[in-house]
Amino acid sequence: MDFLRPAGWEEALAAKAEHPTAVPIAGGTDIMVEINFDHRRPEYLLDLNRITELSEWEVGEESVRLGASVPYTRIMENLRTELPGLALASHTVASPQIRNRGGVGGNLGTASPAGDAHPALLAAGAEVEVESVRGTRLIPIDEFYTGVKRNALAPDELIRAVHIRKADGPQQYSKVGTRNAMVIAVCAFGIALHPETRTVRTGIGSAAPTPVRAEAAEEFLNAALAEGGFWDSGKIITPSIAKQFAELASGACNPIDDVRGTARYRRHAVGIMARRTLGWTWEQYRGSGRTLEGAA
Amino acid sequence: MRVNFTVNGRRQEADDVWEGESLLYVLRERLGLPGSKNACEQGECGSCTVRLDGVPVCSCLVAAGQVEGREVVTVEGLADFAKQRAEHSGHGGACATGACGGTSLQDARSWTAKGTDSQTGEGTELSPIQQAFIDAGAVQCGFCTPGLLVAADELLEHNASPTDADIREALSGNLCRCTGYEKILDAVRLAAARQGEAV
Repeated sequence: MDFLRPAGWEEALAAKAEHPTAVPIAGGTDIMVEINFDHRRPEYLLDLNRITELSEWEVGEESVRLGASVPYTRIMENLRTELPGLALASHTVASPQIRNRGGVGGNLGTASPAGDAHPALLAAGAEVEVESVRGTRLIPIDEFYTGVKRNALAPDELIRAVHIRKADGPQQYSKVGTRNAMVIAVCAFGIALHPETRTVRTGIGSAAPTPVRAEAAEEFLNAALAEGGFWDSGKIITPSIAKQFAELASGACNPIDDVRGTARYRRHAVGIMARRTLGWTWEQYRGSGRTLEGAA
Repeated sequence: MRVNFTVNGRRQEADDVWEGESLLYVLRERLGLPGSKNACEQGECGSCTVRLDGVPVCSCLVAAGQVEGREVVTVEGLADFAKQRAEHSGHGGACATGACGGTSLQDARSWTAKGTDSQTGEGTELSPIQQAFIDAGAVQCGFCTPGLLVAADELLEHNASPTDADIREALSGNLCRCTGYEKILDAVRLAAARQGEAV
């Protein structure tokens, strides 16, 4: 094994071009587990810790450009207003020690269907900025996940940042696990209201081969909210609409039975989370003044 | 490969480090500092918690090569670390230059909470959190203790009067299979109270 330690981003891209099999390591919270357990022996480890710009973020007009290695702790502490859904999701990641090291770039690189950031990114709307010596491209988040632990990255590309749409309305995130800390999601659900476009976006984690949006549920809800004039009136969403939304969200799942839960349970739980998080965000939208903390 | 980094305030050098090796392995097997415990090797248990540039991390998930030129504080250096922090009015005990002394490898290796008499901790310099763990009976088998001490010490560094929820959150990455956590919570409350009195 070789340990490559580029001092800067250009050098890292050159190293990745020269050694496409090199495995990037930033927080190490995924890759070190695989190495410790002898599940993986990469030919090259490409350390990204010295590349300071990966740990920085910029808040723009429309979106936040979040460096790939910004630790979850920083997101929770600094980006709660701009990225409330992702901040809530970050808070459900493992433990303080892990949140101090891990970041969204790693979640995207690993592309596990259970990665905590994915539902929040899908719901908010995001683009992944990837770069190689050949150039830079922005991959829409909906096209990024291509299979179980597979993503749209080319072998010579590295994730530079994620451009996440700044919240224009309430966002929520919910995750099912056996305890509050240190759990891989049994399933998870993210929701973002976008009052500016009068749309709702969602993200489902750990209930399909990849993180997915509940598109049929979104379309139904967008139509129902428009038809009923809900965005203008701010009235309570009719239980029948919430129920239908939940059923369609449940239907968007394509889960498996595994050690963490059964497919049946996951479908059921995603429906429940969809209904609840819709209720929470809608209450916030209506401006009832109640403080609504996301439940993990 | 060779890795140069600062451990408990002193420059150290580890040789023949395998590229896939963890910081935890380097500390325990190459530098002879077994205080940080090796249990799950997947970041689940927190027994290997150390400070990396001041930040609590699982040393089992940090690749050795990633600590080149950086600063690590282990439980063996915690007493000195806390002492220096107290002397430098509460802000970050770490000393980048090494001018603050730090703990030599020899001292760190022989560091023990055992006193010179029959009372555990008596006659040795302990950090306030270590003393509180002993006084509150928060140590049972002791395996999780080093990680909990490092995590709890960091909590009290940035939050002088944590709520129970703050303590639970800060220690949520550290597993203890003996105590049921109640005594550990007592210990952190005790250390926080003593810290408050001292100010």
